[in-house]
Amino acid sequence: MASRHLAKEQPKTFAFSAEGEKQVKYWLKKYPKGKQRSAVIPMLWIAQKDHGGWVPEAAMRVIGDRLDMAYIRVLEVATFYTMFNLKPVGKHLIQVCGTTPCMLRGSGDLIKVCQSRIGSAGSISADGNFSWAEVECLGACVNAPMVQVSNSDGDLYYEDLDEASMNALLDELASGKAPIPGPRVDRVTSAPTGESITLTDASLFDGSRAKKLKKIPNAPAKTKKAAAPKKAAPKAKSATGKGGK
Amino acid sequence: MTDLRKVNIDGKEYEMPGRYTLMQACEEAGAEIPRFCYHERLSVAGNCRMCLVEWVGAPKPMASCAMSLNDLRPNRDGSPANIRTNSDTVRKAREGVMEFLLINHPLDCPICDQGGECDLQDQAIGYGRSETRYDEDKRAVEEKNMGPLVKTVMTRCIQCTRCVRFITEVAGVEELGLVNRGEHAEITTYLQANLTSELSGNVIDLCPVGALTSRPYAFSARPWELRKTETIDVMDALGSAIRVDARGSEVMRILPRLNDEINEEWISDKTRFVWDGLKRQRLDKPFVRVNGKLRPASWDEALATVAEKLQGDPDKIGAIAGDLADMESVKALKDLMENLGVRSIDCRQDGAHIGEQGRSGYIFNSGIAAIEEADAILLIGTNPRVEAPVLNARIRKAWLEGDAQIALLGAKSDLTYPHTYFGNAPSDLESLSTKKHPFITAMRKAKNPMIIVGMDALSRADGAQILRAVGKLAAEWKLVREDWNGFNVLHSAAGRVGALDLGFVPLKGGMNTGKILKAAQSGELDTLFLLGADELPMDQIKDTFVVYLGSHGDAGAHRADVILPGAAYTEKNASFANTEGRWQQTRAATAPKGDAKEDWKIIRALSDHAGRTLPYDTVQDLRKTMSTPKDEVFDPAKLGAAGKIKAAVFAPSSRSFWFTNPIARASEVMAQCASAQVTQLEAAE
Ligand code: SF4
Ligand code: FES
Ligand code: FES
Repeated sequence: MASRHLAKEQPKTFAFSAEGEKQVKYWLKKYPKGKQRSAVIPMLWIAQKDHGGWVPEAAMRVIGDRLDMAYIRVLEVATFYTMFNLKPVGKHLIQVCGTTPCMLRGSGDLIKVCQSRIGSAGSISADGNFSWAEVECLGACVNAPMVQVSNSDGDLYYEDLDEASMNALLDELASGKAPIPGPRVDRVTSAPTGESITLTDASLFDGSRAKKLKKIPNAPAKTKKAAAPKKAAPKAKSATGKGGK
Repeated sequence: MTDLRKVNIDGKEYEMPGRYTLMQACEEAGAEIPRFCYHERLSVAGNCRMCLVEWVGAPKPMASCAMSLNDLRPNRDGSPANIRTNSDTVRKAREGVMEFLLINHPLDCPICDQGGECDLQDQAIGYGRSETRYDEDKRAVEEKNMGPLVKTVMTRCIQCTRCVRFITEVAGVEELGLVNRGEHAEITTYLQANLTSELSGNVIDLCPVGALTSRPYAFSARPWELRKTETIDVMDALGSAIRVDARGSEVMRILPRLNDEINEEWISDKTRFVWDGLKRQRLDKPFVRVNGKLRPASWDEALATVAEKLQGDPDKIGAIAGDLADMESVKALKDLMENLGVRSIDCRQDGAHIGEQGRSGYIFNSGIAAIEEADAILLIGTNPRVEAPVLNARIRKAWLEGDAQIALLGAKSDLTYPHTYFGNAPSDLESLSTKKHPFITAMRKAKNPMIIVGMDALSRADGAQILRAVGKLAAEWKLVREDWNGFNVLHSAAGRVGALDLGFVPLKGGMNTGKILKAAQSGELDTLFLLGADELPMDQIKDTFVVYLGSHGDAGAHRADVILPGAAYTEKNASFANTEGRWQQTRAATAPKGDAKEDWKIIRALSDHAGRTLPYDTVQDLRKTMSTPKDEVFDPAKLGAAGKIKAAVFAPSSRSFWFTNPIARASEVMAQCASAQVTQLEAAE
């Protein structure tokens, strides 16, 4: 992460969009009275989404005024968290994880792709479509190497990438498509690649093998109607783990 | 409740209060703990790690500033926890921390103004390794603008955040912050705006390295070449403890000294940076006006001219003492005037209606330190942030740490703490106590209620009536009790209380400042003696012969017919009584400029010329004749005078914080501050 400075060219003013304003109200309500300043991170985030992926300085003042918070305090937060972009970004911001697991699994190749197709980190590609940054672990190490793509659709994870799939991903994005997030190899989320070799017998987990409980331990003595709670079969996790919902 | 804990420090067992931090405990046990981020008057940050000590048995060394004895548990066998401050582990830990701190430090001590008085330097010698093992690139940080007073060399910063905590907690303006993180962390104001606090200079002292230094003092001296004189300040009426550092005949800088009863360890920016005013606009020889032009004269000539004038009709002579007049000169002048039969003397050049009804009626009775004990404070016609910034920090502390409730009736201003605003109409004082308001209830119920009334209120034409109304409030709310006196006057002139103590007010049948000026306007006054009085409408004085005794060529000297050059506060051993009525003495750091003399000596010499030789030859003899007035029984309800308070509201003071006295007005730095303030205000609009 390079030293983060505010962009030289800044809009004079900032206002939340109608949708953004709605979300702001939602967040402000979430915190106990008098602790509204806790909303500074969500508000910066909403401002970033409202403003094409970066937080202008004017937004910090707006947020400071809204939360009765000194501007410098807002600036501290905005500069501390690297998820806030202080300069304009491309339509799609590619965040390549460069932390050890991803690095060992080839994030260097992904970075090279970014460098050759987009330019140096932080710069915006000529067509305005892309910019990229190297970030620290995004918590998807099992599917290393991976990138997070932030755009108007949200912040989506593309995993198990290599040079070819990375190029393909950029192509898709460039052509205006919305590629499906998730692994780029033959696997479901973080399950093993190929056929499952464990837990293949459904009766192991669908509850059919469970013995009926005659008495629930520790249940109040008098209750007669007590019955074993129904266990829901574990559902497969949605592939879009971190979708921007 | 005793909450004592046993602890073993460096092999000896102690019993100390559990709330003590390990650092306090170790210091009490006589061990020295190095530190950078910890400061006793600021919150604990615990981020520099220099204060590491060993807790025997714990896997890692502990930051002693951030851990209390209560956090320790005894050893397995029940014996008290062992803390080591001198073990190998500690030594290694300190060396490690030091090495890390120095990794990105530029080591530019030879060109650093902090050199010679730098914590980092000292502790590197005391606790560091002799060489570094780091040979990568160092980081560099751009300098940040913080205004005309604080110079920054941010590469030197070690991110202790003392400055941020001071500005936020003590100064009460959230303007400094630490942006970015980790290796990229930087201290800055928002978009490099100027610091607006009147206490901002204190961050220079707090900064343990040379990241924040004094801009006006930059590169002008090394600390070891300076002659240090402990004295007191006269920029406001607090009498803050200061140290004046001089080289040869020049004052190079002014620093605060510790005085818990007055200024703790802070001083205002005016106090700290006014010293360039001591070099400019100085009166260094006597002058006499001949044919409308001032020309240099000898002492004998000047004094003889004045002495001759003083032989005239004593009822047509007046004397006004200014805001910076010291007590010795005031006493000498009073004695001389009395001797001549002159009755029109006054020390209240702003016309304040105060000082003739007993001492408790014009001083800050509860004392400055007692502000911390107050639980309800009502400010009337004052803006302590401008009139006495250090005292304002105390009020803020009472709010921050003691939950004091504060209210203001006066010109609206940002006091740096939340307060109830009762508007700016002084006539509302009369009905204030009948108001149904939680603050009024709090005032009635308070254990230590306090009223602070300022000069904005008392120097109005209806000041006496306002004083009566305030006194009545004080009586009604029982501010004056056996063990507490919450009636407080906040002065803004350093010399005022001292002059009032010595009775420099019109003698029976004499005129006060207002009347003296009127007489001067109508030509009824022959001679006017100004003892450093510059805050007067000089253009109103028509044909009167004006004698000015003072140190600076300000308004008074410009109007004068004879100028007697006196000494500034850093050039004389003189007494001042602060707003609490505390008598203190300045010490001369340098000699008076040129032919100038200590003020009382000039008056003594003048008395000789006038044939009325004053009966003292030494300052000791003179001081023996000065005494504090005895206080009668104090009844605040009788203060002031009955009558109607005018409808005119308290207007925001037109006098800028930076220009309140002739020394400050001569200072270029003060002028820069004032114009920086104006530019910033305009930009904000
Ligand atoms: S500027 Fe000085 S006081 Fe402020 S954080 Fe840096 S080292 Fe500490
Ligand atoms: S290391 Fe890349 S996601 Fe954790
Ligand atoms: S003094 Fe304890 S961590 Fe800085």
